[in-house]
Amino acid sequence: MKHVKGKLTARPQSPSRGAIDRLASLDCYRAPRTSRFTLIERMQATLRHRLHETFVRWALRVRSPEPAPIVLTQRRVYVLPTQAGLAYATALGVILLGAMNYNLSLGHALVFLLGGLGIVAILHTFRNLALISIRPGRCEPVFAGGLAQFDLVLANPRPETRTSLRLFFNDEAPIEVDIGPQASTVATLDTAATRRGWLSIPRVTIETTWPLGLVRAWSYAVPDLSCLVYPTPATKAPPLPWRGESARGSVREGSGADDFSGLRNHQVADPPRHVAWKAVARQQDGPLLTKLFSGAAAQQLWLDWDGLPAAIDSEQRLCILARWMIDADAAGLAWGLLLPGIRLAPDNGPAQLAAGLRALALHDHGTQ
Amino acid sequence: MARSNRPVSSRQGWWLLATALAASLPLTQHLPLWLSLAAGTAFAWRAALTWRQWHLPPRWLVVLLVIAGTAGVFLQYRTILGRTPGIELLVVFLALKLLELRTARDTVATALLGYFLVLGQFLFTQTIPTALLACLTVLITTAALLAAGDDRPKPWQQLRRAALMLAQALPFMLLLFVLFPRVQGPLWGIPQDRFAAVSGLSDTMSPGSIAQLSQSDAIAFRVQFKDTVPAQSRLYWRGPVMPLFDGRSWRVAQTLGAYPAVPYAGLGAPVDYEVTLEPHGKFWLFALEMPATLPPDSALTSDYQPIARQAVRSRLRYTQQAWPEAIAGVSESSGILRDALALPKDGNPRTRAISAAWRAQHGDDGAAILAAAENLFRRQLLIYTLNPPLLGTDIVDEFLFDTKRGFCEHFAAAFVFALRAAGVPARVVAGYQGGEVNPVDGYLVVRQYDAHAWAEAWIAGRGWVRVDPTAISAPTRISSNLANAVPVGEELPFLTRGNLAWLKELRYRLDAVTNGWNQWVLGYNPQRQRDLLASLGLNEPDWRSMTAVLSVLGGTVMLALTGWILRNRLRVDPALAAWRRFTARLARRGVAWQAWEGPQAFAERAARQAPLHAERIREIAALYARLRYGAAPRPSDLIRLKAEIAAFKP
Repeated sequence: MKHVKGKLTARPQSPSRGAIDRLASLDCYRAPRTSRFTLIERMQATLRHRLHETFVRWALRVRSPEPAPIVLTQRRVYVLPTQAGLAYATALGVILLGAMNYNLSLGHALVFLLGGLGIVAILHTFRNLALISIRPGRCEPVFAGGLAQFDLVLANPRPETRTSLRLFFNDEAPIEVDIGPQASTVATLDTAATRRGWLSIPRVTIETTWPLGLVRAWSYAVPDLSCLVYPTPATKAPPLPWRGESARGSVREGSGADDFSGLRNHQVADPPRHVAWKAVARQQDGPLLTKLFSGAAAQQLWLDWDGLPAAIDSEQRLCILARWMIDADAAGLAWGLLLPGIRLAPDNGPAQLAAGLRALALHDHGTQ
Repeated sequence: MARSNRPVSSRQGWWLLATALAASLPLTQHLPLWLSLAAGTAFAWRAALTWRQWHLPPRWLVVLLVIAGTAGVFLQYRTILGRTPGIELLVVFLALKLLELRTARDTVATALLGYFLVLGQFLFTQTIPTALLACLTVLITTAALLAAGDDRPKPWQQLRRAALMLAQALPFMLLLFVLFPRVQGPLWGIPQDRFAAVSGLSDTMSPGSIAQLSQSDAIAFRVQFKDTVPAQSRLYWRGPVMPLFDGRSWRVAQTLGAYPAVPYAGLGAPVDYEVTLEPHGKFWLFALEMPATLPPDSALTSDYQPIARQAVRSRLRYTQQAWPEAIAGVSESSGILRDALALPKDGNPRTRAISAAWRAQHGDDGAAILAAAENLFRRQLLIYTLNPPLLGTDIVDEFLFDTKRGFCEHFAAAFVFALRAAGVPARVVAGYQGGEVNPVDGYLVVRQYDAHAWAEAWIAGRGWVRVDPTAISAPTRISSNLANAVPVGEELPFLTRGNLAWLKELRYRLDAVTNGWNQWVLGYNPQRQRDLLASLGLNEPDWRSMTAVLSVLGGTVMLALTGWILRNRLRVDPALAAWRRFTARLARRGVAWQAWEGPQAFAERAARQAPLHAERIREIAALYARLRYGAAPRPSDLIRLKAEIAAFKP
């Protein structure tokens, strides 16, 4: 569970180094299998699920994804008692019986006061959720097998705080947020990204039981927000494909000290004067970086779809290409990409990496 | 979908401890010492758990403690059912629940137990202070329930929110209290332990038994007269009639429910009144002499004492009528007359001798003997006192001829004895005499110190005649009150003393408030509900019409509250609201307004897509832009905008 508060904060543009390192060890990602249940359990679950889905379809009625902002109007906020609320109602029934049996006028008054409190709780819970507006925020691209993080901007037009709102996708753990008076908050919801391409945000349930926990008010929203999922970088990939005399030695020679061409992680053998001290100072706690200087002949690194052996299927090709891009980028090399129908001129840097991975993610998906 | 698996935070722990304390502290006076100590230990343990962040005790230990607590309650009462054992069990559960607060679910359970124990307080008392204390308990419990959901706010913030929500619940409470169809309990079994012994008249009378009551200023009953309050000397509240005498004490005869209706005729205009009787645990109802009607569910004994079918265990209200005079028992049965003449074989020789002389002189003329007896009492110069000397075996003789000091029971007993010895049937009537009108609310309040005993003699042709021998010696007891009748310096109940006018005034007010509370809050029963609704124009209200009225009014309150709660939604700029209507109409035509579009830009786009309406669209957009963004928007523009949009039908 994650608690997000405060205003929208800037995020790094490209996938973080940590995410890449974590995923670099993965092979092409396969979705995990769900555990097995008995037939009856499955049937019950299916029935419940189907009823629930029917209700949600009815509740959402609008085409999804919905245009922003999604305002949770009265008509789309639903209210039902929670388990605690049912227990409360039962307790009131018992107290009422006791008050009747012993002719306790104050017992009646107590029950009626608590009953009124229950009704007031419905209104307060409803009010805590109603008229919140939801706008899609940003969603950084992730590698398949990672967690897609969707940012939603929740705005509260009312001059009172909205307390303890829970947002969640279907089965995921909820996150809890507050929204200050007439302020907005970014809530970040995670879901597993399993396949490359565009992953649109699953249906969001937003609910609250505040203040008394006796009543649950909830609503559904499907904001217009998608996450770009890159193919998982392959764990084992052939070495970087150097074109022409693709011997590593020549690259080494070419990578001289003429023009600054990029940065890579510092290695012990690198000359100390090539350490990029400014860059190190900028990113705190980061690794030492070495400035790379390239001679004119250095870059002829083309990552070529067709250059891979014919036995490799297309998804694996994408994985390997992703691996190469990350390695080349880590080494600070400039590289170009050749996909069927796409050609990316050699370059280096985060923008190039993002463009390359995007091309891989959307390969054969029609949209770019 | 309730997510109730979060661990209980320390703040929530403190709140639940406060709830448990608030719920069980008012009950301590009714709990046995061992339970108070055990619960106190559990609370201290909870405090330590929260403060020191200790681990919760293992579940088996809590289960063992629950079993031990239940066994303790069982050993004490030999049952775990009923009022007191039930409440004690709830206290046990509450105390031990505090030791296993794991998740939010446990906090809800604790809060519900807190609410239950508020009801437990009401089983013992329902006075105004109890009600105020209960309000506090409910407030704290509600705050604890709030903290169970969100424990970040400070304690006073939680309390304030709880108070706000309870205040909003008040209209519902009032509505339901007045209109919820009331049912007269009990629904099952008769709660025998509802009331413990209370002071009041008993069914026997011996020297000193009424004098004892005269030290109590507890209220016996309150009376509201329909018209004026009769003179003090006529206020004889008939209670247990005691014809049986064993030489020392007088007893009631066991002749219950002889007459379903009044068997005699009255004289004079009847007096209408309503009695609110405090519970006294006996069957009898008090009635102004002579009762002309009977309260519902009651009957008249053979000696004209109204009795209820069930013992009076809760405050009872009944209307009644009385005749100032009645000719009762002219043809009395011989059995009753025989009882009214019976005397022990020996004892009190001096009185017997005088009575025999009367008998010899007047024969069967009961009226003459009665006059002779009154004369004797007058001659003896008896003194009415709260502290009569102790009497030996011949209590009548000693009182009349030796000590000459006595309280009303001495007077009545001696008088009846003398009449019986002279062959005139007579009996002792116990009850109350007088009362005090509270000038604040006009109720006549009859207290225990108004308890009195007088005599009833049977005269041929006149039936039963009331004679009050006390009035012969101490007329001020009857015409005024006890304090004026007893010698100066005798110890009297605080409230009877005449001095301290301001205190008396204060007491009147306090008593009027208590009476109002008893009448309208505690005494709001099915009957009172019917009367109230009838007075509001709802004739013959049954549960259906009551439910209908309740739904309508409840719905109104709900709407009002909803409107208030969602009020700030209504504060939309009227120009913006009109613009939204306009864009919605265009959206149906397929021209959707995008939030980033300015009104003019949108108008241009819409005009291109709907050229037929281009002019009007542009005009509306211009008006709207002037109203929203202009330096000095003119009200006339708004009216025009609304008119234009109303007329706009793409």
